[in-house]
Amino acid sequence: MTVDTDKTTGPAGTPPAGPEAIKAIPVRHYGRYVSAVIALALLGGVVYAFSQGKIEWDAIPNYFFDDRILDGVGKTLLLTVLAMAIGIVGGILLAVMRLSKNPVTSSIAWFYIWFFRGTPVLVQLIVWFNLGLVFEYINLGPFYKDEWSDFMTPFLTALLGLGLNEAAYMAEICRAGLLSVDEGQTEASHALGMSHAKTLRRIVIPQAMRVIVPPTGNEVINMLKTTSLVSVVQYPELLRAAQDIGQTSGAPAEMLFLAAAWYLLLTSVFSVGQYYLERYYAKGSTRQLPPTPLQKIKANLLSLGRPNGGTA
Amino acid sequence: MTDKLAKKDTPAKDTTVPMVKAEGVHKSFGQVEVLKGIDLEVKQGEVFCLIGPSGSGKSTFLRCINHLEKINAGRLYVDGELVGYRQKGDKLYELKDTEVALKRRDIGMVFQRFNLFPHMTALENIIEAPVQVKGQNKAQAKERAMQLLERVGLADKAANYPSQLSGGQQQRVAIARALAMEPKLMLFDEPTSALDPELVGDVLDVMRDLAQSGMTMVVVTHEMGFAREVGDSLVFMDGGVVVESGNPRDVLTDPQHERTKAFLSKVL
Repeated sequence: MTVDTDKTTGPAGTPPAGPEAIKAIPVRHYGRYVSAVIALALLGGVVYAFSQGKIEWDAIPNYFFDDRILDGVGKTLLLTVLAMAIGIVGGILLAVMRLSKNPVTSSIAWFYIWFFRGTPVLVQLIVWFNLGLVFEYINLGPFYKDEWSDFMTPFLTALLGLGLNEAAYMAEICRAGLLSVDEGQTEASHALGMSHAKTLRRIVIPQAMRVIVPPTGNEVINMLKTTSLVSVVQYPELLRAAQDIGQTSGAPAEMLFLAAAWYLLLTSVFSVGQYYLERYYAKGSTRQLPPTPLQKIKANLLSLGRPNGGTA
Repeated sequence: MTDKLAKKDTPAKDTTVPMVKAEGVHKSFGQVEVLKGIDLEVKQGEVFCLIGPSGSGKSTFLRCINHLEKINAGRLYVDGELVGYRQKGDKLYELKDTEVALKRRDIGMVFQRFNLFPHMTALENIIEAPVQVKGQNKAQAKERAMQLLERVGLADKAANYPSQLSGGQQQRVAIARALAMEPKLMLFDEPTSALDPELVGDVLDVMRDLAQSGMTMVVVTHEMGFAREVGDSLVFMDGGVVVESGNPRDVLTDPQHERTKAFLSKVL
C-alpha cells in the first residue's frame, strides 16, 4: 500500500523531518488486466451458452422446495451425520487399536484399514446389499432374529456401507493427529501423576484435534457428496429424489442442476461450520486467533484496491 | 544471579531415610548402555546437583527417579520405597500403571523444554493435575494456583496461553505446575538450558527460593554458579558413571579427577 520507508511520520505523511520519503510510480501489471479480461470473457461465454441451451431454468425454482426434494435433503443429511458418527467413533477406535502395543489388535486394525481403503465404496455398498446370499438369517440370540433381506434395509445398507468405509479413513486421520502431539506432553502429564486415559483425554486429544479437524471437515463434505452413491441401493436421498422428479416432470437435466445446487448449498454451510471449529481448537496455538470469514472478506475487499495486490 | 543469598541454615532435615537412593543402577537403550552402575544418595531437604557433559546419562538417571524410564539392573528407592516395583520375598513385581501414577504425584518434574500444555492457560496448566488427579475442587485449586503464580512472579499472566509467554515465564509456570501437586521431591532436567541467557536468572531465582523453603531437589544443570551457591551436594557424571561427588564448592574449585578438571575447565 505504501512505499514509505520513513518510520517517524507514518503512512499518513506529514512532511518528514528526517530522511525524505520515497515517492515512486508503482510498477504497472498489464498482464493482470489482460488475464482478467480473458477469464471474464470465457466465463461470460459459458454463462451465455447455458442461458441459450434447451434448459428450462424455471423448473428449478419450481421444484427447489418440493416436498420430495426436501425429504431427500433430510435423508442425505441424516445419512451424512450418522455415517460420519460411525466413521469418527470407529476411526478413533481403530486408531487407538493401531497404536496399541498389543500386536493382535494392531494387526486387526491394520487389516481393516487395508481392506476398506483398498476397495471402492460403491462396490462395498453393493456387497452389503447382497450379503443376503451369504447370511440368510441374522440371529442375535434372544435379542433379534430376522431374515437378512428384511434386516438389511436400504437405509441400513447405506449407513453401514458408508460408515464402515469412512472409519478406515478416519482411523488414519486420527492416528496422524495422535502422533502429531509432542511426546513431552505425555511425559509431563505422566510426571504429574495423570493416568494413561486422563492423559489421552485431557492432554493429547485436545491437541490432536487441531490436526484432526481440518481433514475431518473434508471428510464430512466428501461424505455429503458420496451419499449420492447410495441411490444404487434404492435409498431415496437427494439425488434419487431429484432423478425421480426428473423422470415424471420431464425435466431430468434441470433436476440434476437442482440437486447440484442443493449439494453446493449444504457443503458451503458445512465449510463455514468447519472454519469455526478449527478456530476453536486453534486456541493457545497461535498468539492471535485467525480472522472470521467476515473479517477475511473485508480484508480481501480492501486489498483488491491495492496496486501490488496486498498479501492479506 | 549475582546476589549471594545466605545458605539456608538447615541444609538437611537429617531424617534417617534418604529421599533418593540408587544402588548399582543400570539403564540401556537397546545396545547402548547409558547408565553403568550409579550409586548415590540424596538426603531429605537437600539440593542435589548433577553435572556432566551431554550424553553422560544425567538426564536419563533423573528420568529413572520418577519411572519415566525403566531401569535394567540395580535398585532405586524414593523415600525408602522401590521405584516401579514391589518386592515380595526375593521376587520383584512390576507396579501397575495406576500405582506408578500414584507415586508420581509426590515427585514434581521440570523439563528442559517446559512441556506446558499449550491448549490451556497458565492457570489451567497449574490446576489441571490437582483437579484431575487429586480431585481438588476447582475454586480451591485456583486460589492455590494464584498463590503459586505470585510466588514465581507471574500473577498477572494467569490468563495467558504458553505461546504468549517468554521461555523464562513458561518455565516458571512449569515450576508452579509441579509445585501445585505439593511434591516431596522436585526433579529439574536442565531447566535453564533452553532459555535466553537474559531469562535464566528469573528461573534460578525461583529455584533458589524453593531450595530455601527446604524442598528436596535433584537438579541436572549446566549452571555452575547455581550449583555452587545453592547446592548441598554435587555429582559429576561421565560415560554413565559417577566420576566424582562431594560438596559443590569443593568439587568445583578443587576437582580431584582429571576428567572433572577437563570438563570444568571448559564450562567455568
